[in-house]
Order: sequence, then structure tokens, then C-alpha cells
Amino acid sequence: SFSSFLSSFSEQVRYLQANSRELNSTFGYPNNTIKTSRYSVFNFLPLNLFEQFQRLANAYFLILLFLQLIPQISPLAWYTTVIPLMVVLSITAVKDAIDDVVKWLFGLLEDKWMNIQVGDIIKLKNNQPVTADVLLLSSSEPYGLTYIETAELDGETNLKVKQSISVTSNLEDNLGLLSSFDGKVRCESPNNKLDKFTGILTFKGKNYTLDHDKLLLRGCIIRNTDWCYGLVIYTGPDTKLMQNCGKSTFKRTHMDHLLNVLVLWIFLFLGGMCFILAIGHGIWENKKGYYFQDFLPWEEFVSSSVVSAILTFWSYFIILNTMVPISLYVSVEIIRLGNSFYINWDRKMYYAPKNTPAQARTTTLNEELGQVKYVFSDKTGTLTQNIMIFNKCSINGIIYGMHETEKVDFSYNKLADPKFSFYDNTLVEAMKKGDHWVHLFFLSLSLCHTVMSEEKVEGKLVYQAQSPDEGALVTAARNFGFVFRSRTSETIMVVEMGETKVYQLLAILDFSAVRKRMSVIVRTPEDRVMLFCKGADTILCQLLHPSCRSLRDVAGEGSLRTLMVAYREVDNAFYQAWSKKHSEACLSLENREDKISDVYREMEKDLMLLGATAIEDKLQDGVPETITTLNKAKIKIWVLTGDKQETAVNIAYACNIFEEEMDGIFIVEGKNDETVRQELRYRWENCHNLVLRAFLGNLKCGCVLVLQAYALEGNLELELLRTVCMCKGVICCRMTPLQKAQVVELMKRYKEVVTLAIGDGANDVSMIKAAHIGIGITGQEGMQAMLNSDYAISQFCYLQRLLLVHGRWSYNRMCKFLSYFFYKNFAFTLMHFWYAFFSGFSAQTVYDTWFITFYNLVYTSLPVLSLSLFDQDVNETWSLRFPELYDPGQHNLYFNKKEFVKCLVRGIYSSFVLFFIPMRTIHNSVHSDGKEISDYQSFSLLVQTALLCVVTVQIALDTTYWTLISHIFTWGSLGFYFCILFLLYSDGLCLMFPNVFQFLGKAMNTLNLPQMWLIIILSVVLCILPVIGYRFLKPLFWPADVDKTKLRHTRPRRSSYAFSHKQGFGALITSGKTMKDKVFKKNISSNVPEQSASSPSGLCASWEI
Amino acid sequence: MTWSATARGAHQPDNTAFTQQRLPAWQPLLSASIALPLFFCAGLAFIGLGLGLFYSSNGIKELKYDYTGNPGTGNCSACALADQDRAPPLRCSCAWYFSLRELFPGPVYLYYELTNFYQNNRRYSVSRDDTQLSGLASALRHPANECAPYQRRASGLPIAPCGAIANSLFNDSFSLWHQRQPGGPYVEVPLDRTGIAWWTDCHVKFRNPPLVNGSLALAFQGTAPPPNWPRPVYELSPDPNNTGFINQDFVVWMRTAALPTFRKLYARIRQGNYSTGLPRGAYLVNITYNYPVRAFGGHKLIVFSNISWMGGKNPFLGIAYLVVGSLCIIMGFVMLVVYIRYQDQNDEDEDAE
Repeated sequence: SFSSFLSSFSEQVRYLQANSRELNSTFGYPNNTIKTSRYSVFNFLPLNLFEQFQRLANAYFLILLFLQLIPQISPLAWYTTVIPLMVVLSITAVKDAIDDVVKWLFGLLEDKWMNIQVGDIIKLKNNQPVTADVLLLSSSEPYGLTYIETAELDGETNLKVKQSISVTSNLEDNLGLLSSFDGKVRCESPNNKLDKFTGILTFKGKNYTLDHDKLLLRGCIIRNTDWCYGLVIYTGPDTKLMQNCGKSTFKRTHMDHLLNVLVLWIFLFLGGMCFILAIGHGIWENKKGYYFQDFLPWEEFVSSSVVSAILTFWSYFIILNTMVPISLYVSVEIIRLGNSFYINWDRKMYYAPKNTPAQARTTTLNEELGQVKYVFSDKTGTLTQNIMIFNKCSINGIIYGMHETEKVDFSYNKLADPKFSFYDNTLVEAMKKGDHWVHLFFLSLSLCHTVMSEEKVEGKLVYQAQSPDEGALVTAARNFGFVFRSRTSETIMVVEMGETKVYQLLAILDFSAVRKRMSVIVRTPEDRVMLFCKGADTILCQLLHPSCRSLRDVAGEGSLRTLMVAYREVDNAFYQAWSKKHSEACLSLENREDKISDVYREMEKDLMLLGATAIEDKLQDGVPETITTLNKAKIKIWVLTGDKQETAVNIAYACNIFEEEMDGIFIVEGKNDETVRQELRYRWENCHNLVLRAFLGNLKCGCVLVLQAYALEGNLELELLRTVCMCKGVICCRMTPLQKAQVVELMKRYKEVVTLAIGDGANDVSMIKAAHIGIGITGQEGMQAMLNSDYAISQFCYLQRLLLVHGRWSYNRMCKFLSYFFYKNFAFTLMHFWYAFFSGFSAQTVYDTWFITFYNLVYTSLPVLSLSLFDQDVNETWSLRFPELYDPGQHNLYFNKKEFVKCLVRGIYSSFVLFFIPMRTIHNSVHSDGKEISDYQSFSLLVQTALLCVVTVQIALDTTYWTLISHIFTWGSLGFYFCILFLLYSDGLCLMFPNVFQFLGKAMNTLNLPQMWLIIILSVVLCILPVIGYRFLKPLFWPADVDKTKLRHTRPRRSSYAFSHKQGFGALITSGKTMKDKVFKKNISSNVPEQSASSPSGLCASWEI
Repeated sequence: MTWSATARGAHQPDNTAFTQQRLPAWQPLLSASIALPLFFCAGLAFIGLGLGLFYSSNGIKELKYDYTGNPGTGNCSACALADQDRAPPLRCSCAWYFSLRELFPGPVYLYYELTNFYQNNRRYSVSRDDTQLSGLASALRHPANECAPYQRRASGLPIAPCGAIANSLFNDSFSLWHQRQPGGPYVEVPLDRTGIAWWTDCHVKFRNPPLVNGSLALAFQGTAPPPNWPRPVYELSPDPNNTGFINQDFVVWMRTAALPTFRKLYARIRQGNYSTGLPRGAYLVNITYNYPVRAFGGHKLIVFSNISWMGGKNPFLGIAYLVVGSLCIIMGFVMLVVYIRYQDQNDEDEDAE
């Protein structure tokens, strides 16, 4: 049977033996490191160069370099390409290296667990994260129970319990036994299914079946368990967590893709020009060059003008190479790097309590931050703080906590929790006065729960609740004077206003997602049988006694999770009869669940309303405001959570993703393709009608869709997309990490928009990796999200600053930079084209070789750099106050193909002006001493100086934010050009290398020409005035519109019930398993079977030993 | 517990204007009060400047004569015809007669102009060796590869000066004669053939190789003149300060032109009676016709011109300034009209809201 079991595995099987490193090492399992860096010392240079040359432009320049080495076709010296290429490659390499070292350093921090290997037995302590996927062997708790929190994995905040198999739980913490444990495990190969695990443990010749209840996954945190031992099954990349992380891809921005397309266009344009010029050359050689051979004979290998034309094609290919801007990519990288530093440096994104600044971990995505259209957010830890606060309560129709006064002083209560705070003194007064209803209310809170208490130091109680909401309720009762002190499986000890009372616990009617309530039945010291119940308002209302129908609403705000509390005094005889029925139901084999819930229903009726509680699921600071602002910026926000629907919807209301006036909330939760399809179609029609009606009637309306994970399965993508895109807010619940990524992928695939994913836990990693931009929330436990993110911030509310200020600026700067960059290169290069018509298409350059080498690298790089590092069209205050300004980025209006063509046209025009004005001016023109000035070198100098002046004035015009640095860079570069000119054309340098520096004495001779300055003025005016005119007239013809949004406020009633509780703990408590008291443990351990039988609900335990 | 940013000492970022992007800055806005006056001012300034340039260029006198000698165009056609069989007879001479009715104000400059001559052809313009021309002895006998095919003679001797530019040195020569009285004798007008090249060129850039035993000829020993040259470079002029690589005609020629039609300075007329210009009377230019241009459809011209503060006659800049100035003003008016109209309309829109 064992072999057949093994054969049921589809592929490989993992074998391992505990405490046997030799055996396990033969299988070559990976170690526990998680590699985040890309390079190693040895492969850096080849790998980095390879990656760099994959870029079209870099590869092109390499080819160009080889072309230039052929003397027959090369019109330019080799250094014109080599120098810029070297500079560009080395800057990029240095930047990549720094990036990688940073990643590697962060990786090291997690490496303290790197030595863990498969087959090791490790000890885990309370509140420690699990570092690998381990098989639970034993723990400090009875029966090998271990409590874990899985917030990192699925975002759920309630505790879960894992239990070891009994044979290993007996090992306890006996190190001798543990180190001699030699169990063999055969289990499935690593996979990404979080809720599935099958395997077999062979120990002392016996086989034990293993399932996922016995596996602690990496990323979980041990809670309420002092220690536990586990056998490492999967390590490092094999862990289910890492398997769920999705593959790491190198992210490229939309701008990168656009640039690639544009570079391709430029190639085509370049090819076209070279072709035209080559034909021109052929004609010229035929008509003129052939007859000019007395003075300039053809080279030997040139047999006809056609051959010459072919060579010229390549010559022009080299000359016009500056059309493809070599320093484009490196400049883009530098700009992004600079703008990333601004993010790191921003004090307004620095979170003082945790001492964490924002962090740009990827420096290549900045401008995309200004283009985000969809934000996919995690819930727990991202929108919420995962802290529950007892905020308000309504007792017998009186609401407490509405009017904030000073903080309540709980010093009268020695057992009070000092961390608890409440701001309404009237409740305490009522308490002290001995108000019957208030006392009963808090008694019910202190009895009706599944919390366990721990009192290591006398008077210092520590509660361990399976959900933070419940903990908050019991703590509230404790502070107000109804202290839940301890429990056994049959009793609950409560200190009521200093007086200790013991209640006999008769039954726990456990919580379930369907029932949405839980009850306890106790026998009071006065020998009355009481039922206390708490649950969702909508459910509980139907169970109330007809006499109490009045209900006061405590759910004033969206973020409150409300529960109603009710009680019922039960007749002893009725209880006995019910108890019998209950036992029968629990023992029945068929339809047990239904029968039990029928029995429960019988008991939970005719309840008397005590009141209601409101627990605030504390949102992170500024979350609703941030979401409102982002909504105004037309950014759609989706919540993707692994949590339950109720809690997710509740939070969605709390943080303004859903608004009260929204017309419809749709829940799609079919279990198979067809039902989901129908549901989606129906919703779509609904939405459509709503939107249509809204459009006609000018009503503000929005649809909201709550998606369950099932809806994502099957081939429903288009259907889903169609519906989802109609909705104003979308919430996806019960998502596995991989499904989160699938949603993001879906949007990426079908919509040409920029997506952003933000999350804090390991369960968000896959979505963070999948989205165009991944943002990790730092400062929480666990770093997986941060390590895989592109940007790390410590508060959700920093997102608005990151997007609306930094993103917008980065985008605007990048667009300005690109427009200007292409323009200046076109203006620069196309001059050669015009000159071809006057130089026999001979691939003669217009400029000095040195000017070609330095133009992009030195003369024009700093001004555009200062523009793209300092420019601000509007300041941060306006950016945040008018989120509408974010809109152009989402539609990529500032730099697209159209803008590129504009740059091209502008470049053509400028080069035309810049060529023909000097040309006509110096034609047959002489200096005032009669010496001619129409020589080639003077012409070069004239044209290049005029060009530099024009592009400098152009950037001055583009700059809207003139800092001192901008002034220095812009005008300094121009001044620097003249200095370099005198240096390059100086006697000394020219005499040392006469063939390299040929322009001796040119600077002096030409710069004192009046024509020179007249040409510069004329060219500047001719090139710039049309631009000024265009910029002046454009806003007059097409004014930018700013939408005015009006908000209306109406609040319909809705159930605000949300409780992160889970079924099963009631049974666990009454079975006595959780009792830590050793004495007690010994008592019951002898009679576990009877205990289970005697406690009615203990039979219904959902797990078996 | 897990590592957090605190452990690594991540600190609060510095509060400087630079890191917080709050650098003080001037934020100019392109408003109507700037743009419109800018256009009008620029327009007016340009028209003023344009008028000045135009009149100053118009005041310059220029006298041109095409002596290429295409059939039926003066007496150089004989030389031109002889030129067609590729070996122009040495010292084929022709003349250009002209008369001035009034003074041609000085200083007068004599230029020769070539058309359709592609000195800016890439292969032509690189065919030189500046190291050789800078007088470096080692480079003299090792001309650069760029000079090919005028790097070495068939005999293997290095060519000095090498390259196509030097080989195609313009070798027509002119003399100017003045007949003061009708019927009187022609008196030769002195032409100043020095000071026609840039100072930096003939004093820094171009240098003769060091003399050997005080003789330039010996310094050039072991080199050959370019194939088209009838005599070696050290015999370009009898004047020892104007021969060899620093011969001014040669230096002027070596400064290649930017465009296929170009002028080069031949001589300045500034001596004796002619320092104030060319007085009225009949003139004769005696041309020694050597240089073949008709093969490639070129023309040779003689140009007499005087000079203003702006240099030679070229009306282009003046006209361009006038045109651009007018355009500015027209654009200014258009913008003003559009601005007023749309401003009103936008105001109305806002009022309507």
C-alpha cells in the first residue's frame, strides 16, 4: 500500500531523513538562502555587458564602432564613438553594480537562517517567524498543538492551530530523543499550494500520514506557544512561500518600450536618409565627380559611381549615427537614479516611529509612478494596522463612547490592562453605580468568548485570543471590571468588580461563517442557567425576543465592526432536554452539521438584547484621505485580500473605496464556470444600466464588485474584465498569493495601463512582482514584501505623495527630458543632411570631430540633467491639492509618438535654419580685412556655435524652475563650450597633434566676426520665437480643463458586522486541550475519552487526535 | 525578532533644501505681458538692424569678370580651348579690359572665384597632412596615408606637400595695369601679395622644415613636388619669407572652402596712388591662364571688391533680418488679436459657470 501511495504522486517525490545530513545532501536540495542579487563577482562583467548590449542602441553603437574601423568608409575618427560608448557603458555598469550590492546586502540580513538544511530539526520560539517549511514534531502545548499567525501568508489575522502527530509529540523537548529521531519522510515535490501537503512519515517501522495541518510554512509566526520543534522539509526557494512568489522579472517601464519603438523608427528614418544621400552621391559622382578626377581621382577600388554610392551609404550611416542618441539610455538612468534619491531623501515620507524613510529599491521605474491607473492593495497591514480597538458600545439603548471626553482612569481596577483606553466617563460611572444592564453586558463579554488567559505574574493577565476583535472585547470587559481570569474546560473564573466568581461552562455554541454568532451557556454561581450570545446585527435581530426590537445604531463610521450582545435565561429543565438533543446531534453520523445547527437554533432564540459593541479595525493613518485623493486623480483602487468577505467589505467602506451612496454592491461567488459567467453577465447589465441611468440623470453612481476567488478560475477573463471595469471599486476576497498576481496580470494583459501593487506580507510578493510597480510596506514583521518591492514605504498614506508628487514630477521631467533630448539630436544631426547637398554627398561632416564627440557628452548633457533633476512645473502643495493634474501622465500625454514627431519636425526646422542662415551669410563673404571667411573650418565653428546657442536657449525656455544650479549648468555649459573651444584650437595642442587638432587659431579668427554674432541672434530668434508663439497660443486654443468634483453625503443603513473569527475554537476549549495548567493537564490527560464524551460539544471537535 | 530598518540605523533624511526639493527658484511664466512685447521689440530691433546691414552691404562696390573662356566670351577662350587637350601651354595669356568712370573706393581687394569646385568634398578635404605642413622634419618624408594617391610619386619619393589639395593648387596669376589717360601707357598697379593669409596660418600652422645648411632646397631634398606642379614648393616665390609651405598663395589655397563656390584673396591694392582706391580710367588685367576648370564645368572669376565694417558684399543678412523682423511684428499682432478674443471668451465661459 505504501508503494501505491507513492506512485500516486504525479512527478518526483521528496525523500529525507531526520538528523541525517549525509543522506539528505545526496539529493541536492537547495540551502535556505533566498537569492535576490543578480550578479556575482565573476560573472558581473560578461553578464552586465551582455545585458547592456541587448539594448538596441548599445548594440548599434558596437556595430558602428566596427564600421568606423574600416578606413574606406569612415568619415569620422574612431574616438567619436568609442569615447561616448565607453562612458555610457561604464556609468551603467557602475550603477548596476551598486544596485546589486544593495540587494545583496539586504539578502544577507535574511541569511542568518541560511544554514538550515532539509532534514534538520529546529526549535522555534514564541513570536518567532518560521524560517522554512517544517513538519511539526512537538510543542510546549498539550497534544503537540501549535498556534500560528498566517498574516504574512494570507492576510488573515486570526490564529490557526497546527497539531503534530502523536508519535512525535511525545518527543517533547527531550533533546536526546529529538537528536536520535530518525524518521524518514516521503512527500510531494515543492509546489505552490498553500493548503495542500501530502506525505508519509516512517518511524520505527510504522507509517504515518502527513497533511498540511502538520506543516508550519515559512512566513508564519508562532504565537501562544513557548516552543516547538520541527523537521525541515522544504528550504529556501522550495518553500511554499517562495514558490508562491512568482518569478522575478526585470521590470521595464512603458517609456522603455516606447523608446525602443522610437529607436527603431529612428533607424528606419536614418536608413531612408542614408539611402537618399547615397543616391545623391551616385548622381553627383556621375555628373561631376567623374569629371573632377583631375583634382580628385577615384580610389582604385571604386569602379563606378554605384560602388561609390554604396560606400557612401555606410559613411552616412556612421555620420548620422547621432540620430540614435548614444547617451539617451544612460541619461535616462541617471535621471531615474536622481529622482529615486529624492524619494529616499523625502522627510515627508519618513516614518519617525519606526525610523524608516521611504526607499526606492528599483531605480528604473520612476516615471511610471506618474502614470499609475490601477492600484492593487492588500488589506491587512497595508490599509489597516491590524489593531482592534474597543471604540463604542450601546447598552440598553444608551450609547457610550460617542462623546469624547478625557481618557478614562481605570486605576480602581487592579487587573486592568494599562494599554487599554476609552474616552467616555459616563460608562465608568454607570459601572460604578452598579447599573444592572451594564454589568450584565460586560459579564456577557467576559464569558462569551474563546480567549485563553495566562497569568505568569500575579495580577498581570495576558490574553491569547484567536482573533484581535475578540481580544479587544474581553480586554474591554476586563478594564471595566469584569475580569476574565482563567478557564478550565468546565469553568470560567471571572473577577466581577473585585469579587471572584466561578461560572460553570455548560456549552459553547461555536462560531461559524454561516451562523455569524457564538453563544455560551453557563451556570451562574446563583445556579441560574444563562445563555450569552454575540453575533452579527442582521442575524441577531431575527433571534430577539419580540419585546426588544428597538435597536440603536452604533456603527457611526464605516471602520467599526459591530457585534450585538444578547442573553437569555434558560429554564434548567429546558437546558437538560436541549443538552440531550445536542449530544445526540453530535453523535449522529448523517447530516451532523445540519442537525447541530438545528439544535443550536433551538437554543438561540427569544434572546434579550443587551447592547452592541463597536470595534474599530484601526486603519493606518490617513488611509481614507489618501484613497479619496487617489480617486480624484482617477486612480482605481482594488483591494485584493486573502481575508473573508465581511471584513474586506467593512474595510472597503472604512477607507472610502466603497462609498455609502454607491448604488450597488455585487458579490460574485459562483462555484463553477457557468454560474460565475451568468452572474458576471447579470452584474454587467446591472452596472451598465446604472451607469447609463447615471449618465442621463446626471447622478453620481458607482458600482462595486466583491469578487470571490472562484470567479477568477476558468476562462472568464474577458467577461470578468468587462464587468470589473464598469465598477468604481473592486474587492477580491479569499485570494491566494498566486491569484492576486493573476488579477494583476489580467489587467496588465488586457488594458494598456500602469498597475501598482502595494502590500506588506509575503502573500503579496507575487502581486508585487507581477505589477508594473510593486510597493512594499516596511516596518512590519517580515521583509519578504519589502525585499521584492520596487519601492518601500512605511505608511500607506505616503502612496499619495509617492505618486502625486514624486511620480508626477518624475514623469514630467522624463518627458521634458526626452522631448528635448530627441530635439537636440535631430537638430544636431540633420545638419549633415543639408550639407550633403553642397558637398557632393561626400559624407563630409559639418562639424569639427571634437564637437561631435563632446556635443552629447559634455556640451548639452548638464543643462538637460539639471532640467530633469530640478524642474517642477507646479510645487508639491499644488500637486496634492489638485490630483487632477495627475491625469496627463495616465494617458501619457507629455511624451508619446505624436510628441516625438513634433520633436522631429522641430529638429528638422531648427537644423534647416541653422544650416542655411550661416551658409547664405558666409557665401562669398569676407572679413573686414578682406580675408575670406567662407572656409570650411570657419563655417563649422559658426554652425556649431549657433547650434549650441539655440539648443541652450531652447532648454532655458523649457525650464520652468530656475534654481541656482540650473543657471550654473545651463549658462555654464555654454561658457564651458567657449573655454573648450579655445583649448582645442590652441596653438600648443594643435602643434603637438596637427592631424588631430586641425582647427588652429580658428576660435580667435571667427569669434570676432560680426557675422558670427548676427547669425547666432538670427538663428536663435528664428528657432525659438515659433516655439514661444506656439506655447503662448496653445493654452488659448486648447485650455487644460480641470474637473470639479462635487460630493454628496447620504448614508443608508447597512450591516457593519465583520469579525475575523473562525470556527472550531469553542470545541477546542471545551475539550480541555488548550489548558496549560500542568496539574489540570495531568488530571484530564488520564480521562480524555470521558472528558470528550461528557462535554457535549467536545464531540464535535473538528480535528481528531 | 526580525530585522527592521531601525537596526541598520536608517536615519531621518537631512532637511536641506536640496534633498527636500525646495531649492529657491525663479519660476518665469510665459504670460501675455512678456510674450507680446517680446515679439514687438524683437521685430522692431530686427528691422532696424536689417536696414543698417542692408545699406552697409549695398554701399560696397564689386566688379566681377568671368574669364573661364567658354567659347565667345572674351579673349580667354583661346587659352580655354588649349586647355581642352589637357596640357595648357605654359604662359597662355589673356586679358580683361575694363574702365572705371569714377573712383573705386579703397582699399580694394582682388579675389579669384571658382565655382563648382568641391573643395569641401570629404575625400578632397582630408587629403592633406598637417603634420608635414607644420614643418616637422620626420613627417616631411613620411606623408600621411590620407594623402593617397598623392602620397608618393611613382618613383617612391614622398610628395611634399602631399595630398589632393596641394596638388590642385590654383596657379593662374594676374597683373593689373592702369591707363591713366586715354591712349596713354598702361602702368602696372602694385599688388600686395602678402598679408592675404590668416596670421595664425602662415605663422603658426604652416612652417617650413628646418633649413639644411641655410638652404630650403636642401631641406626638401628627397621629396618630390606634387604631380601637377611645374616647380617644387621651395620655388613658389623668390621671396625667402614667402616660399615653401608658408607661401601665402599656398596657405590661402590650403584653407579649404566650405561651399563649392568660393572666393580666395589674391592680392590687396593699397600701395602708392592706389591706397585710396582705383582712380577712374581704363584698366587691364593680364591673366596667365593655367588652371583647368572647364572639364568639370567650373568657372573662374576675377573679383574686385571693397569692404565695409561688415566685410564684403552680401545682402543676405540684411534681408533676412528685415524679413524676420517683419514676421515678428505680424506674429505679434496675430497673437494679440487671438489673445484678446480668447481671453474674452474664456472670461465669458467662466462667468457662465
